[in-house]
Amino acid sequence: MNDLKNSVAEMLRNKTINLFIGYGKGTGTRTRALFLTNPEEADKLIFDENCSQNLAVYLLKDEVKSAGKIGFLATNFALRAMMQQASEFQFKDGEIIALHITSEHRLIEFKDFKSIEMHLEQAETGIPAAERADVERIRAMSKQERWDFWMNEFSRCFKCYACRAACPLCYCHRCTTDCNQPQWIPVASHDLGNLNWHLMRAMHLSGRCVNCGDCARACPMDIPLNLLTYCLVDDIQKDFDFVAGMKSNALYALSTFKPDDKEDFIL
Amino acid sequence: MESQNLYLPYLMRIEKITNEAPFVKTFRLKFVNEEESTAFNFRTGQFGEYSVFGEGESTFCIASAPTRLGYIECTFRQAGRVTTSLANCDEGDVIGFRGPYGNIFPIDEWKGKNLLFIAGGIALPPMRSVIWNCLDLRENYKDVTILYGARSVADLVYKNELEEWKNRPDVKLVTTVDPGGETPGWKGEIGFVPTILDKMVPSAENTIAIVCGPPVMIKFTFPVLAKMGFPDDMIYTTLENRMKCGIGKCGRCNVGKVYVCKDGPVFTLAELKKLPAEY
Amino acid sequence: MDSLNGTGKIIMAPVRKGKLVELEPVNSSGEIAFDAMLTTQSAKKTTFPRWEKVMEYEQLQKGINPKEVDLDTLPELILFGIRPCDASGFRSLTAIFNWDSADQLYLKKLEKTTIVSFACHTADEYCFCTSVEGGPGNTANSDIQFTRVNDDNFLVEILTEKGQALAASFSGLLSDPAQLPDKMQFLADVPIVFDLKTVTGKATANFEHPTWLQQSYRCIGCGACAYVCPTCACFDIQDEHLIRKGVRLRLWDSCGFSLFTLHTSGHNPREVQSHRWRQRIMHKFSYMPERLNITGCEGCGRCSRACPVDMNIKEHLITIAEL
Repeated sequence: MNDLKNSVAEMLRNKTINLFIGYGKGTGTRTRALFLTNPEEADKLIFDENCSQNLAVYLLKDEVKSAGKIGFLATNFALRAMMQQASEFQFKDGEIIALHITSEHRLIEFKDFKSIEMHLEQAETGIPAAERADVERIRAMSKQERWDFWMNEFSRCFKCYACRAACPLCYCHRCTTDCNQPQWIPVASHDLGNLNWHLMRAMHLSGRCVNCGDCARACPMDIPLNLLTYCLVDDIQKDFDFVAGMKSNALYALSTFKPDDKEDFIL
Repeated sequence: MESQNLYLPYLMRIEKITNEAPFVKTFRLKFVNEEESTAFNFRTGQFGEYSVFGEGESTFCIASAPTRLGYIECTFRQAGRVTTSLANCDEGDVIGFRGPYGNIFPIDEWKGKNLLFIAGGIALPPMRSVIWNCLDLRENYKDVTILYGARSVADLVYKNELEEWKNRPDVKLVTTVDPGGETPGWKGEIGFVPTILDKMVPSAENTIAIVCGPPVMIKFTFPVLAKMGFPDDMIYTTLENRMKCGIGKCGRCNVGKVYVCKDGPVFTLAELKKLPAEY
Repeated sequence: MDSLNGTGKIIMAPVRKGKLVELEPVNSSGEIAFDAMLTTQSAKKTTFPRWEKVMEYEQLQKGINPKEVDLDTLPELILFGIRPCDASGFRSLTAIFNWDSADQLYLKKLEKTTIVSFACHTADEYCFCTSVEGGPGNTANSDIQFTRVNDDNFLVEILTEKGQALAASFSGLLSDPAQLPDKMQFLADVPIVFDLKTVTGKATANFEHPTWLQQSYRCIGCGACAYVCPTCACFDIQDEHLIRKGVRLRLWDSCGFSLFTLHTSGHNPREVQSHRWRQRIMHKFSYMPERLNITGCEGCGRCSRACPVDMNIKEHLITIAEL
């Protein structure tokens, strides 16, 4: 912990970064994102098993980008999100310093994409076991059962878009649901509006989702949205042999053609 | 229809469409229901929510004058979804109208004063209502001066009415286009509205100034008026903001504690200066 | 419950649904989650639903045939077991929907609703009702209030004519003891953490203060806080069109969304999240008190519990009070 605090304080002091995003104590047992500009504030940083929010979501916010050189504390999922954002040209190599605390409590500092890529090759970033079981359970349902399951879950949705806001890969300034010429997705939170929204969002994340699960954690109505994207993640891995967020220059699976692609699903 | 539902619009038939300028049209609207037409009244400065059923609602002022009843007019530029649908409407089509909403130009308070109207581009429509209202009650006011400018000759709206105003002996009309916007036959001024205003050196004595225009024009016009000695409470303008309900309930159009749909859209410069920088 | 069922009205009460507690129609007391501190969403969804029709229409050859929504045959509801903060929250909604013009879509539903609130015997660290002139035993806007004395006994306060009318249906269960128990000793302890007038004054006087950015840096701009709030009433109007017919809808909206104030021209008066956060606080604690004489917050803490990034409104208000 002290390594983290000292490291951050040092970086802020000698202006290696202008802003550091980390975790701090929240309400009760919660943690919250901290935005530090002052070396003295580094003392407030914490890191424990409650620190799960994917802080990569803040990397593309205007208020953060305008701060200049940024550093942040990244979980493995956040590192993957950062790599996916990088392969989508959202920032250049070396613009962001990522700090990471391993499961052995060792602090690593990543100054460039290559070091992150090498780390992720050995990191545990698959779908967590409990959620894997849920995904398989849904997969085993009949089509009608699956439809009923999801329509029941979606019935609680009231279109707060917390899922979109919390997702580090949902960074479009004008989301597809906000387009009104034409109105691709009905705005209202009725059955059709909710179904359309969640399916569209999942589709726009296929080949991009990094399994962090923040969408489900953010949802105030407790809808297991991560299970939707996990299904797609599986499908993309199977059909395209592609896992998002492992490389900083990956080509998007759904829009890249290679001559040695498996074509049997087109035929 | 006698309805308790605040959001139910009047049905209006488009009687006449005038193409004012590229992407700018004027609709003359008549109430489908005769009784509603007779019962309807409004005051100058007010606005309404005009809708194409199935597309949505859009906020424009009522561009016709309340001295001319039996119809209302609106002028709009095609910019988004609703205005594009409106632009695709034909004469005879039925659209919706909710209103009149908002506050008014206090033309009763202006009796006996000189009036100086300054407008730019697509902002002439809200002014047109108050200009015609005052001209229809011409004896109430002293000198009436209108300064109107647009980016180019093609962008000038209400071209017929500009002619009418120009030919009236009791109105002084100055029209201008931005440098580069003139046509070979253009006989008006050439220059930005604030520049021309400065050249005109209007007297602030017993004069009300009413200014409507794009933000950049307004920004440079106010200092000119201040230089001429116009006090802030004798300068009127209108604010625009994103609106939905138009009646102070949806919580969207406020600038600080002031709701543009209820305390506006007409404001004096004195009132404007008290508002936070949130518009 | 049997007596209430006998009235023929629909009873909405807190019901456990997985991790959530929601107001749902119930038929028996066994379904009710009496032990739940608070429902996840507020009770406003009964009078101001997350989407509702404003009108319907049919497209004719050359014209439109509009159809009104039926505001006369609305179902009668009993809200049973909601908390004092929920009941009081309707006052803000009524103030907004009655301001200058009467919004019948909301008022007609409220007319048909009888509010039977249950005083709070527990509270948590998010609650601050006592700091906004409310409290665990606040009876504002309730028609009847129950306070649990023990497993078999409740103190029942019948507060309005509507309450009396409903109480007539279970008058047999009521008795008038010689000495009424002291309500206060059965209520949760909710310490006051700020002075409301100070918060209102400081917020009003500090429009340009850097605190708004400091407090809202982590806000991600979703609508969770506005949607679970009992007093938030901001809405959107959207049309939906099928072939030759359609509807105009009113939907929940939130001042926290970046598009909320965006003009078609691209100009946005509240371009950054800190301005939108400031609007939320100012609206509730400065503009509503000044214009409608009511604070737009009940201290229920739902916004903070629902917030994905732990924006804690109680904390922020204390910060404002100390500016």
